[in-house]
Amino acid sequence: MNLHIKNGRVIDPASQIDAQQDIFIRDGKIVAISTHLDGFVADQTIDATGLIVCPGLVDLNARLREPGQEHTATIESETLAAVAGGITSLCVPPDTDPVIDTPAVVELIEDRAKKAGRAMVYTIGALTQKLQGELLTEMAALKMAGCIGVSNGLAPIKNSLILRRAMEYAATLDLTLFINSIDPWLQGNGCVHEGAISARLGLTGIPETAETIAVARDLLLIELTGVRAHFHNISCGKTVTLIKDAQNKGLAVTADVSAHHLHLSEHDIGNYDTLSHVMPPLRSIRDREQLQQGLREGIISAISSHHQPLDNDAKLGPFAETMPGISGLETLLALTMKLVDDEEITLHQAIASLTSHPADILGIDAGQLKIGAQADICIFNPNIHNECHPHSFVSAGKNSPFSGWLFNNKVSHTIFDGKLVFEQDKIHSIAV
Amino acid sequence: MSHNQLTDSGRLHHFLSIEGLKRPLLTEIMDRAEQFSSISHQQVKKVPLLRGKTIVNLFFENSTRTRTTFELAAKRLSADVISLNINTSSASKGESLRDTLHNLEAMHSDMFVVRHNQSGAAEFIAQHVAPHVSVINAGDGCHAHPTQAMLDMFTIRRHKQHFPDLRVAIIGDILHSRVARSQIQALATLGVGEIRVIAPKTLLPTDCKTLGVHVYHDMDAGLKDVDVVITLRLQNERMQGALLPSAKEYFQCYGLTERKLSLAKPDAIVMHPGPINRGVEIASAVADGPQSVILEQVTHGIAVRMAIMSMTLGSQAELHEVTA
Repeated sequence: MNLHIKNGRVIDPASQIDAQQDIFIRDGKIVAISTHLDGFVADQTIDATGLIVCPGLVDLNARLREPGQEHTATIESETLAAVAGGITSLCVPPDTDPVIDTPAVVELIEDRAKKAGRAMVYTIGALTQKLQGELLTEMAALKMAGCIGVSNGLAPIKNSLILRRAMEYAATLDLTLFINSIDPWLQGNGCVHEGAISARLGLTGIPETAETIAVARDLLLIELTGVRAHFHNISCGKTVTLIKDAQNKGLAVTADVSAHHLHLSEHDIGNYDTLSHVMPPLRSIRDREQLQQGLREGIISAISSHHQPLDNDAKLGPFAETMPGISGLETLLALTMKLVDDEEITLHQAIASLTSHPADILGIDAGQLKIGAQADICIFNPNIHNECHPHSFVSAGKNSPFSGWLFNNKVSHTIFDGKLVFEQDKIHSIAV
Repeated sequence: MSHNQLTDSGRLHHFLSIEGLKRPLLTEIMDRAEQFSSISHQQVKKVPLLRGKTIVNLFFENSTRTRTTFELAAKRLSADVISLNINTSSASKGESLRDTLHNLEAMHSDMFVVRHNQSGAAEFIAQHVAPHVSVINAGDGCHAHPTQAMLDMFTIRRHKQHFPDLRVAIIGDILHSRVARSQIQALATLGVGEIRVIAPKTLLPTDCKTLGVHVYHDMDAGLKDVDVVITLRLQNERMQGALLPSAKEYFQCYGLTERKLSLAKPDAIVMHPGPINRGVEIASAVADGPQSVILEQVTHGIAVRMAIMSMTLGSQAELHEVTA
């Protein structure tokens, strides 16, 4: 099967390509990026005139709800949503049910993903058994089964000694540790940023120190143990400073931010808008600006969806009783490109933060357009009127606070493993 | 902002929060309450303004006093009233809250008076009832208790003429107090000169100043020259979670005693939303003293709630006809 993508503006920051080129794909692999290829007979041609052709997006953190909550979403439904958002590689955290703490669960997820056949699904194994923060998992076995790293998900490890041991063990196995830093005591039963909005609405606040104290502790232990670590979904300006200092010290530390934290603040909660209920909470406008600044400076190197599909009932209720989370796969590119429109970051920064940078963090061979590499490609129109309608999301989760937002871009085609898996307004069925 | 409590023409449809309401509307509530207040002294204490209307008191949190005054207010307006106490611990959160509402709506009620332990619950309910149904917030979590705030404003107006000239101090657990939040908004809307809050840092919200108040941690400084002293009830559970060491120490530092009250203006009034903890936030001598208007507040609760209920149910009947 030969696929020819012609006349697109090919942008691949990792390969320093930004040019009008064609891409030639044979048997799932990129065989040439040039203006023509002698003797190539295309079975299928995509006219990408006026469109941007970039590596398939890599998402560091997306919950697919399977296994455990198949009534909410499935690997099938969410990988469909991923490719509708231009994402061809994504990474699931270990807090499924059962938890990803045995090779069997890794295999189950990989099997389902392979059957769906639309995107690469990578797993992050649990750092401790059942994420209880007490006993180490068999990390060597998890690594062998395919986990690209370890994490304790959203459950913080309270006991610093256990965290130290877990870090040392992960470092021994050369596994990246993925961390959602939070101090459980300062977080308490809070549900919004502690500040003007929590004061006004009478909701329990989560202070900035709930994140910064935990990040500071974790960074000190990272320095002690030498583990390679990645901070997921940081939300505070001061966290950016802490991570910058650690990077300057030479620690192997990276960080990502969610697309929603780059656009929203505590004020978007308005009058108890439960769709803006997320963890970590939306912080102050100043925090948002500092996160954007951290992205510009490269301290934060990746933007992630932190996709959490929820059914409608999960968001219906008094604010604190609703489930936190945003369905983010299908707005990841649009929100990132909006930062380019708003002149917060450059086009190349935007694409790198969604492709090669997250791929480097995961240590996977993706996020780049290379001759001989698997053809995972996202093609989008950077100049189209696109109003966000969450009710028409492909994802089973319609929970998005971005309803009615206007974007100037839209994914037009997604190619995974050399096959067209998504085309604007239609999803291609794949013969496996 | 409670954007949806007003009709297109700016009349009350729901009564969820003081926030966003304009001064003339608050004044109208108090003026109307004055008219209803006289009814309480008549032989027949009823007016037929809400005859044929069904009001459901939906209390997800225990309350005797507030529920009773709402019941009395509804009955004096000739409405049919049902009071339901719903144990939240047995209700499985949001979904059943919605189901409960839809069941009650199916009985064609016209108004829900709601108390719930979650901030934003009244707002949530208002968003999910049928368009013709009015919702009155009788207290939601730590967020708002707007009818209490209005009866407090009414009480202040009975004693003090001109709001802009006043200094008002609110003492105690501001952090967890829906009453304080609504009072602060009402006082600000009515143009009160200075609003002070007096409490230890553990009982104040972060960024408290954004509420438009002056913050004091010392009672003597905070009470100096104030016209109105409002003490808040201290919940016993505040000793848990390291917010306070003991009720005894709280009384020493923040209890309203005769000595501390003497620092306020000589004609200052003392208020409390009740029920009071004697010897915790207020000394008996002050609670029962000549400057206390605490029992008046309870009495005014009925007239103020009658005013708000009649205004939200959109009764166009001219008040003068029935009270004349």
